[in-house]
Amino acid sequence: MKKILKYVIVDIIQNKIVLIYTFLLLLISLSVFNLESNAAKGLLSLLNIILILVPLISIIFSTIYIYNSSEFIELLVSQPVKRKSIWLSLFGGLAASLSLAFFIGAGIPILMYHGDATGITMILTGLFLTVIFVSIAMLAASITRDKAKGIGLSILLWLYFSLIFDALVLFFLFQFQDYPLESAMVFFSFLNPIDLGRVQILLQMDISALMGYTGAIFREFFGNQVGVALSFFGLSIWIAIPLFISLKKFSRKDL
Amino acid sequence: MKKVLYLILISYFAVFSADAKVIKVGKTRSVAFIQRAVDLSQNGDTILVDPGLYKEKNIIIQKSITLKGINYPVLDGENKYAIISIKAKNTTVEGFKLQHTGRSEIRDLGAIMIYDSYKVSALNNILEDTNFGIYVQNSKRCTIKDNSITAYGKDEVQSGNGIHCWRSDSLIIIGNKIKGHRDGLYFEFVKNSLIWRNVSTQNVRYGIHFMFSNRNTYVSNIFERNEAGVAVMYSSNIRMYNNHFLNNWGDAAYGILLKDITDSDISGNHFTKNTVGLHMEGCSRIKLYKNIFNNNGWAVKIQASCDKNDFSRNNFIGNTFDIGTNGSLVLNTFTGNYWDKYEGYDLFKDNIGDVPYHPVSMYSMIIDSNPAALMLFRSLIVSLLDKTEKILPGVTPENLRDNKPVMRPISL
Repeated sequence: MKKILKYVIVDIIQNKIVLIYTFLLLLISLSVFNLESNAAKGLLSLLNIILILVPLISIIFSTIYIYNSSEFIELLVSQPVKRKSIWLSLFGGLAASLSLAFFIGAGIPILMYHGDATGITMILTGLFLTVIFVSIAMLAASITRDKAKGIGLSILLWLYFSLIFDALVLFFLFQFQDYPLESAMVFFSFLNPIDLGRVQILLQMDISALMGYTGAIFREFFGNQVGVALSFFGLSIWIAIPLFISLKKFSRKDL
Repeated sequence: MKKVLYLILISYFAVFSADAKVIKVGKTRSVAFIQRAVDLSQNGDTILVDPGLYKEKNIIIQKSITLKGINYPVLDGENKYAIISIKAKNTTVEGFKLQHTGRSEIRDLGAIMIYDSYKVSALNNILEDTNFGIYVQNSKRCTIKDNSITAYGKDEVQSGNGIHCWRSDSLIIIGNKIKGHRDGLYFEFVKNSLIWRNVSTQNVRYGIHFMFSNRNTYVSNIFERNEAGVAVMYSSNIRMYNNHFLNNWGDAAYGILLKDITDSDISGNHFTKNTVGLHMEGCSRIKLYKNIFNNNGWAVKIQASCDKNDFSRNNFIGNTFDIGTNGSLVLNTFTGNYWDKYEGYDLFKDNIGDVPYHPVSMYSMIIDSNPAALMLFRSLIVSLLDKTEKILPGVTPENLRDNKPVMRPISL
């Protein structure tokens, strides 16, 4: 398993796309921090990029990579290696290399310009989002054999998590406007890793006072150590479940 | 004519000073108690008090005298009494340290109480741990200057106000530093007064609070980190220039809350880092110009109950929301302001944007009607909705717009 993992990581790190991704992130973060008048504002601009770009690149790159290495997978399956370890090494390789790319591209500039609790929360969230969307990509790739369908599915999933889900929440909010929804909102935020990460970062940024009662509820829930632990646990669940399902699918799959 | 006037003046002063004598008070002197000195004195006298600790219960002054402390003698209220009560004209209290006033549910106890007086001055005193600091009631032309007033109030009920003025006229309040009271400055039925260069911070409720106080002028004051910011109500002809409203951050904190204020002038003020910079309710005919709104949650929240207010040449920089409102009725005007979120263009290069700017974002309307939508703050869907709404206003009030937004920040 270690060997496969090593091959995958080396292969991905040499990949041009990942290099470009790293470089692009680095460029964006540095320019954002240098352009904005203060580092806190830079962090806020970077937030949007992290919440949109990181999941998109992670999910699409991973899906394409898995489809492209189908021959390599077939070759490995013919060897006396467990399917589980093949799949997990693929996941590990993708997650590790993309996380590394994110850390170099965005993490280091953040640490340089804004290395406090907010910055660190942001880096952690970015890393989690990377791994979560790799895991979701594995799920998408394991569902269908058709490459086009698989990539389409992963784009759709990205769209769902970054746009459609929020639209549904908004719709729900207006339908049930007359009910106290503050606690329900806390629950909803757990249903989408991007929302969970965003709320976590925003609370670090001391914006909750802006929002009156809801802000107070969010702060009460997420503001203490238990809340932070819970939300990172939630994010971990978001890694584990898609990966687990995809693993089940892959181990029974007819290649 | 002028010479005659001078002559009269000089002779007046000559007579005045010939009459006046100086009484010295101190532990080692013949007069050991301030109250005794006050009783001995006549109009125009000066009482000089040596440094030391004086526990005299309530000193009552009903004469035109000057009470002066040398090196801040300490007057202690033993947590039971008011310290100095003045009911006179032309009286001055200067250079004392007043501490530990009493607290009472029935009577307002303060360090310097001024009742029914005329031309009384409280200058350069240090007040520590007072219930009310300086209390002015039913007086005219009093001066309160350069006092430092500190209390350690825990809640609204237990503590009093720093400078409390009731039913007075033509007061001058300059250069005081007030901290930790219920309201830093409190005015009720106070007219024609000047409030200048005061610093009111970390009070339990409001930095300044006035009601029914018309024709007052507030210049260059600083209101910072008060629990609920600043609230002013039911007054007209208010002038506010170059004040700073800073760091009032919390659920119900406002840089300044204006309720039923009319015919007023607000200019050159800085609103920085407040949850709501300026909140207006039922206000009419206020001119707001050359103010700077910087890094607030909401720069301005203007309720639909306001009319004929005019915002011009203000700078809106780095606010999460520029304007918030609660209805579609707009009876106020916005002209020639600088908005950092403005995305229009300027073909004529005359520094005036060619397309109007709509300062109310859709999301701020959503939050106003549905606070739980906080969860979507800064999400992609919200920015998309905001962008579409900017192009085709549907939910936000179409008339709330700046037709001549300027392209560059106005230098103020």
